[in-house]
Amino acid sequence: MSTLRRKPPRVGDNPLFRSLLIGIVLILGALLILAPLIVIGVEAFRQGWKVYVATLTNSDTRHAIMLTVITALIAVPLNTIFGVAAAWAITKFDFRGKRLLLVVTEIPFSVSPIVAGVAYLFVYGLQGIFGPLLDAYDVKILFALPGIVLASMFVTAPFVARELIPLMQAQGRDLEEAATSLGASGWRTFFSVTLPNVKWAMLYGVVLCNARVMGEFGAVSIVSGNIRGQTNTLPLHIELLYHDYQAAGAFASASILAVIAVFTIIAKVALEGRGAGRRVKPAAILATPETRP
Amino acid sequence: MKIRLDTVIKTFETFRAVHGVSLEIESGELVALLGPSGSGKTTILRMVAGLEYADEGHIYFGDQDATDIPVRDRGVGFVFQHYALFPHMTVAENIGFGMKVSKVKRDKSEIAARVADLLRLVRLEGLGDRFPGQISGGQRQRVALARALAVDPKVLLLDEPFGALDANVRHDLRRWLREIHQELGITTIFVTHDQEEALDLADRVVILREGKIVQQGTPQEVCRDPKDAFVMKFLGDANRLTGTVSAGIAHVGDAQVDAPGIADGPAEIFARPRDLDWSTSGPGVAATVDRVLDRPGERRVIATASTGETLEFDVEPEQAVAKGEAGFVTLRRAKVFAVS
Amino acid sequence: MRRNVLPGLHLSLGITLFYVGLIVVLPLAALIFKASSLGFAEYWTIVSSPRSIASYRVTALAALAATVFNLFFGLALAWVLTRYRFPGRRLVDAMVDLPFALPTAVAGISLTALFSANGWFGSVLSDFGIKVAYTPLGIMIAMCFTSLPFIVRTVQPVLEDLDPALEEAAQSLGGSDWTIFRTVILPLLAPALLAGTSLSFARSLGEFGAIIFIAGNQPMSTEITALLIFIRLEEYDYQAAAAIASVLLLTAFAMLAVTNWLQARALRYTVKG
Repeated sequence: MSTLRRKPPRVGDNPLFRSLLIGIVLILGALLILAPLIVIGVEAFRQGWKVYVATLTNSDTRHAIMLTVITALIAVPLNTIFGVAAAWAITKFDFRGKRLLLVVTEIPFSVSPIVAGVAYLFVYGLQGIFGPLLDAYDVKILFALPGIVLASMFVTAPFVARELIPLMQAQGRDLEEAATSLGASGWRTFFSVTLPNVKWAMLYGVVLCNARVMGEFGAVSIVSGNIRGQTNTLPLHIELLYHDYQAAGAFASASILAVIAVFTIIAKVALEGRGAGRRVKPAAILATPETRP
Repeated sequence: MKIRLDTVIKTFETFRAVHGVSLEIESGELVALLGPSGSGKTTILRMVAGLEYADEGHIYFGDQDATDIPVRDRGVGFVFQHYALFPHMTVAENIGFGMKVSKVKRDKSEIAARVADLLRLVRLEGLGDRFPGQISGGQRQRVALARALAVDPKVLLLDEPFGALDANVRHDLRRWLREIHQELGITTIFVTHDQEEALDLADRVVILREGKIVQQGTPQEVCRDPKDAFVMKFLGDANRLTGTVSAGIAHVGDAQVDAPGIADGPAEIFARPRDLDWSTSGPGVAATVDRVLDRPGERRVIATASTGETLEFDVEPEQAVAKGEAGFVTLRRAKVFAVS
Repeated sequence: MRRNVLPGLHLSLGITLFYVGLIVVLPLAALIFKASSLGFAEYWTIVSSPRSIASYRVTALAALAATVFNLFFGLALAWVLTRYRFPGRRLVDAMVDLPFALPTAVAGISLTALFSANGWFGSVLSDFGIKVAYTPLGIMIAMCFTSLPFIVRTVQPVLEDLDPALEEAAQSLGGSDWTIFRTVILPLLAPALLAGTSLSFARSLGEFGAIIFIAGNQPMSTEITALLIFIRLEEYDYQAAAAIASVLLLTAFAMLAVTNWLQARALRYTVKG
């Protein structure tokens, strides 16, 4: 008699093929993704606990951590406000140029961070549009915190908006229209009707945005000027140590960012469990290809 | 091709979908599997196709045990509920797919000629270059049928073939499917939850409930002699009354109904709306009229029996009956079932 | 335009346009303005100098190789994650995002540690005479790492949503596994594969942090375009930096346009006729 609960084979269910494919994927995945993570820990402790702790308590490292945190504390909330505003405007209203706005919002995904950094140089740098004016009034944007924050905001501009837009598009306008017709104010409608439905998606975008801000290297390295103990964020600090032949120190600093990355992934999985980050079919909403990192 | 199912059992993770079904389908027959959702009808169809494997029991195609033959070698034509047309292929490519991938090599012109024949058969000449997204639901249904027929299947299986269509289109396609079946003579099984569809179309109707066959027979047999209260109710509107049987006669109110072979004791009496009538004198079930609904060809009366049941029945348009009136519901015809 | 009772259009659109304008459009416009302020001859001399051309070549070839690798590996990964159940599947699924979550500089130094001559992988590979660190191969591996999730994450949801009835229909019509994969599944994945591939390629072209540690950064051989821009800046040659950056930017725009066009083509069967 046949065994219980047999399923007819689907495409690719041949047992040999299946095991082979799983095997190849797991081995490649371990080599390409897992190994880089593990090697950070190994290298960070290569010279023992003492060097590790010494690096992390070193004043330059502490300063780099502080600067990274401050940057994130400014850039992420601003980006979230933008993301919510953009999603509200794009999904609740019809206006001309909407598709163009969507495309422009997504541009930073396709632009090299180095290009972004250079572009900021030509706005706020001495050879840029506003540079001479800013210099005359002694306002420092480049090679200072504002430049770092601006560059971080560029590379992460689409992060929150892209989570909210497909979701709010799918939810339509009915709920908000109902709330408004019952006499709720705009803010009231947003906070008691819209936000509860999109809060996990928003948080998802915030988590990813934060990870990217804390880890941004290329764009920030151009606009920060790499001044040790002043404008070095953690990723820049890592580069500095690495090129100073302080590999253990570089990996010790890297381990902090690696831990943040792991927590980011945990938060991401947890939020996906609450329905965030589920992708709406490509091309359904945006003309541009979209991914969900 | 004759199909035989021998005590087939199928259990899914959570529930047992099919509990030991045995069924024979004669070569060239057109059979409907009819039942409410969850009755196991689609699972049976998918097992015949090889899209599910039976946990126990056997399925024979002719004399061959087909239980373990995978779907691609079983030689069935399957029409999916939502058609499952390949969206990126044109109508002609969809129809030609089975011939193109077949182990039997055919040259392009042969395939093209056969596709043209099939397009003619399903009356879609000229639409071969369209994509499925560009044609109507009824047309997609016909493409799905043509695609299934293209591989010369031994048996044609249709899962809720008209379920996703408008009532009008459904009516036309039903007649048309009957014609195609007559023309090709291919053994056909289709699944439906619509009793009218099953009765209109099938040579034989198999009524299923909770994974078991309750009754099977020609439309006439199941309509005239429903085996139990479930079949009676499932096949159409029915009024339910309670009464008592003694010596082969059911007594309901003052009325009597023949109940041959029913054991003495309490019984359920079912009558279609057309089988009840209204009378001021009886003999019948005492009742009061709640509402009278006038329709073009009839008057429908809704009344409450003295025993509490709500009865709906049709009277002649001329018959005088008014809301609030007291009288008797008489039984012209009824089926009696012992209370189980 | 439909009449709309909802409030907040002016505020939300205002914030959006201000932000997009200030953060995205203004800098890119400034860059293009700067680049176009060079005369054409001067511009052409800079962007077509042998060192620039060499950097385009190594960047594009490495990006191409990395993208092709990821096309296969990413598709296999997406397939394995959606179609098979095995212990640790959810962990693997989560780990796929690591390249996005891990800062590029961190990825850069850790890949260098792995592939340098005395690293875990580098020491084994050097026994076979393969050098990865400080060669174009290293650039490719860094690009593979940073852009892997794009293809997995674009293909995965489409594969999950693929109607099983399509596959069943193809099976019932007699198709073999390989035939069904080739003629039914792959074409339906094509738009997603295309989107993932183009994002992956674009990301690789612009990648900086992960590459500069592992690439030897030798002019004419292992110097990527992004690094060349950086070097020109350090030399205070702002015009050259602007010109070369504009090449990267225009390439990104061209890729967006081509991808959109290809996607529309791949999805043309969904257009009502």
